[in-house]
Amino acid sequence: MRTFRMGGVHPADKKISKDAKIEKLPIPKIVYISMAQHLGAPAAPCVAVGDKVKVGQIIGNPTGFVSAPVHSSVSGTVKAIGMVNDLAKRPVNTVTIEVEGDEWMEDIDRSEEIVREIKLDKKEIVDRIKACGVVGLGGATFPTNVKLSPPPTATPTCVIINGAECEPYLTSDYRVMMEMPEQVLIGGTILMKALGVDKYYVGIEENKPEAIKKLSDLAPKYPGVEIVPLKKKYPQGGEKQLIDAVIRKRVPSQGLPVDTGAVVQNVGTAFAVYEAVQKNKPLFEGIMTVTGDCSKAQRNFLHRVGTPLSFIMDYCGGVPEDASKIISGGPMMGKAISNINAPTLKGTSSILYMTEAQTKRKEESNCIRCGKCVGACPMGLEPYLLNKLGKAGMMDELEEHHVYDCIECGCCSFTCPAFIPLLDTIRQSKAAVMKIMRSRPKK
Amino acid sequence: MNTLIVSPSPHVHGKESTRKIMGDVIIALLPAVLVSIWFFGLSAIHLVCVSVLACVVFEYFIQKVLMKKRSTVGDLSAVVTGVLLALNLPVCSPWWLILIGAFVAIGIAKMSFGGLGQNLFNPALVARVVLLVSFPVLMTGTAFHAPETGYLFGNSDLASAALDATSGATPLGFVKEQLAKGVSMQEIMATPGLSYTQLLFANMGGSAGELSAVALILGFIYLLCRRVIKPWISLSILATVFVFAGILYLGDSSKYVDPVFHVLNGGLLLGAFFMATDYVTSPMTAKGQVIFGIGIGVITVLIRTFGAYPEGVSFAILIMNATVPLLNKFQPKRFAEEAQKK
Repeated sequence: MRTFRMGGVHPADKKISKDAKIEKLPIPKIVYISMAQHLGAPAAPCVAVGDKVKVGQIIGNPTGFVSAPVHSSVSGTVKAIGMVNDLAKRPVNTVTIEVEGDEWMEDIDRSEEIVREIKLDKKEIVDRIKACGVVGLGGATFPTNVKLSPPPTATPTCVIINGAECEPYLTSDYRVMMEMPEQVLIGGTILMKALGVDKYYVGIEENKPEAIKKLSDLAPKYPGVEIVPLKKKYPQGGEKQLIDAVIRKRVPSQGLPVDTGAVVQNVGTAFAVYEAVQKNKPLFEGIMTVTGDCSKAQRNFLHRVGTPLSFIMDYCGGVPEDASKIISGGPMMGKAISNINAPTLKGTSSILYMTEAQTKRKEESNCIRCGKCVGACPMGLEPYLLNKLGKAGMMDELEEHHVYDCIECGCCSFTCPAFIPLLDTIRQSKAAVMKIMRSRPKK
Repeated sequence: MNTLIVSPSPHVHGKESTRKIMGDVIIALLPAVLVSIWFFGLSAIHLVCVSVLACVVFEYFIQKVLMKKRSTVGDLSAVVTGVLLALNLPVCSPWWLILIGAFVAIGIAKMSFGGLGQNLFNPALVARVVLLVSFPVLMTGTAFHAPETGYLFGNSDLASAALDATSGATPLGFVKEQLAKGVSMQEIMATPGLSYTQLLFANMGGSAGELSAVALILGFIYLLCRRVIKPWISLSILATVFVFAGILYLGDSSKYVDPVFHVLNGGLLLGAFFMATDYVTSPMTAKGQVIFGIGIGVITVLIRTFGAYPEGVSFAILIMNATVPLLNKFQPKRFAEEAQKK
């Protein structure tokens, strides 16, 4: 069975919510739709306070090449446009909408029927994906149309659909594969057409045998697809690791993934692409998991983007008594929530409750130079050394030791027997070094 | 409302800890300790207990009283040093010799460099070598006789039979002595008590940890299974010694010790499995580790064959310890670099 060839760790699986079917979350009374839901330039609001909007209506225009439009997830009246705190309490330009009914844009196909025939051509597909505000739902929320428009220097040869879901606890991608398998495969076929390639892979970790079986059974109907079971190892869902695992090619340092010929899209993204292209439905809904060992609820939801996290928490019976940390995303790379009133985004994948015992950091002790961090680093870096250089502020040496290659997966901190928070230092050093590198005049 | 923790990712930690790793090393050393107790009874227990206790007390005293800091004896690293020191000393070492050893190991080799993780040289080996050059009589030759009192519940018949055979010297020392007298290797190897079986299971002449190759191999396998260490250092040492000694032996089998004898002699296995693999004083990357191991192998054979001392593993490891900062310049294979070459 295939997997990536360097480093990695094995955190406990904990897919507690894996058998919970996707439920439609009720629409809250008020939604806060952030204009910064994607990597790149935030969208610019194109509605005014007092405007009536419908579900799926555009409310924010993209402001650059790497940017994406934002659509309303509800129907109602725009109450305010201005700064609202995100989950880390950073103010973000946000359109606040008071919900009235649930009236959708007429051109969205709301039927349950699966549309198999792809009518649009290559360019129309990319334009539709762009217009529907589809972004990568695997974590980075990179605008999908940008990935589908590779630079002329690169020749795409295949699409890889990322169904690894290597983060513990998270089950939203799994539920998508279980409940919308055909849509995912049609999405993959659309992506293939958009890039003009004739091969796509779906990489799924072996801990999801039902999903592997389900997709494999449907695969013969979709020419070009190959379902690839992967050995369970974190961070398999990392773009570079997944490409290495599936087609045995490595993304060059500071290069683009497409330099290997592969374009990676998450299963959630493939589903969103299906909905955009076949159903003309913009991305304003997301699938997320509410879970955690101390969580009363173990559920998967289809939520409207902009729903306050606190609304979802209350709907699931409130924050558990013993929860000490609430994470949006997985326990390895997710973000700790400091503002529970923050709204969901397109890329929100979970609300994960953790107890103090599970998540409280232990006091760090001396590095015993065991080299476990070096062995665990999937990028072949030396975290112990980067940590030391980072603390000393030695920027040239940090660059020499490839700090910019770090993917911030957290394997080093996870594995360190001395409980040294290696990634904390490395993350800061990486940002500082990359700032210096960008400031240099281009050759 | 609960107070929320908001530290950055990763939000979970694996199950590794320094204390757990040290615990595993102690478990891996148990077979060797038990063999020693089986043969030498009370004197082996006395040796191990005094050594461990002294190391822990020295570390606690230095951290708490002299440095006025929190003590880290809970991480068990001082216990590991204590057991390793004991295994590197003759079974009948007097208590004051053990105390000096423990002081050198913990006080000088470890704490004066900044404690766990900071020392350049393996603490137990520094102590062994200091004792070897300071008290040569107590650390070589007949010192390896266990005193009569040591047989309180040890297996005296086996022990004395083996001791008689090699007149109390370590096998390597005995061989070297005989070679110097002009006796040929073939004749020396005919001496009872020098058989491979004896080396494998119970060779009486040597420090406490060198008695049985099988016990050491068991411990090594345990460390590998628990993923405490990677095998590169140990294997490259053994392979180098075997090949280098093999070349000499093929050149003149009457003057040079045969390679199997070299490898099975307890001192080498103890060094290769437990001393050279010490995290703190060995290189980080596989490449560095292999070079480190080759260096130790070559120096060991050179000292054993041409040097003044019969045994050279300790010196070889300490010499190579000094090269570790340099060997750490060998960077691991980068994920992205390899791609660029294509």
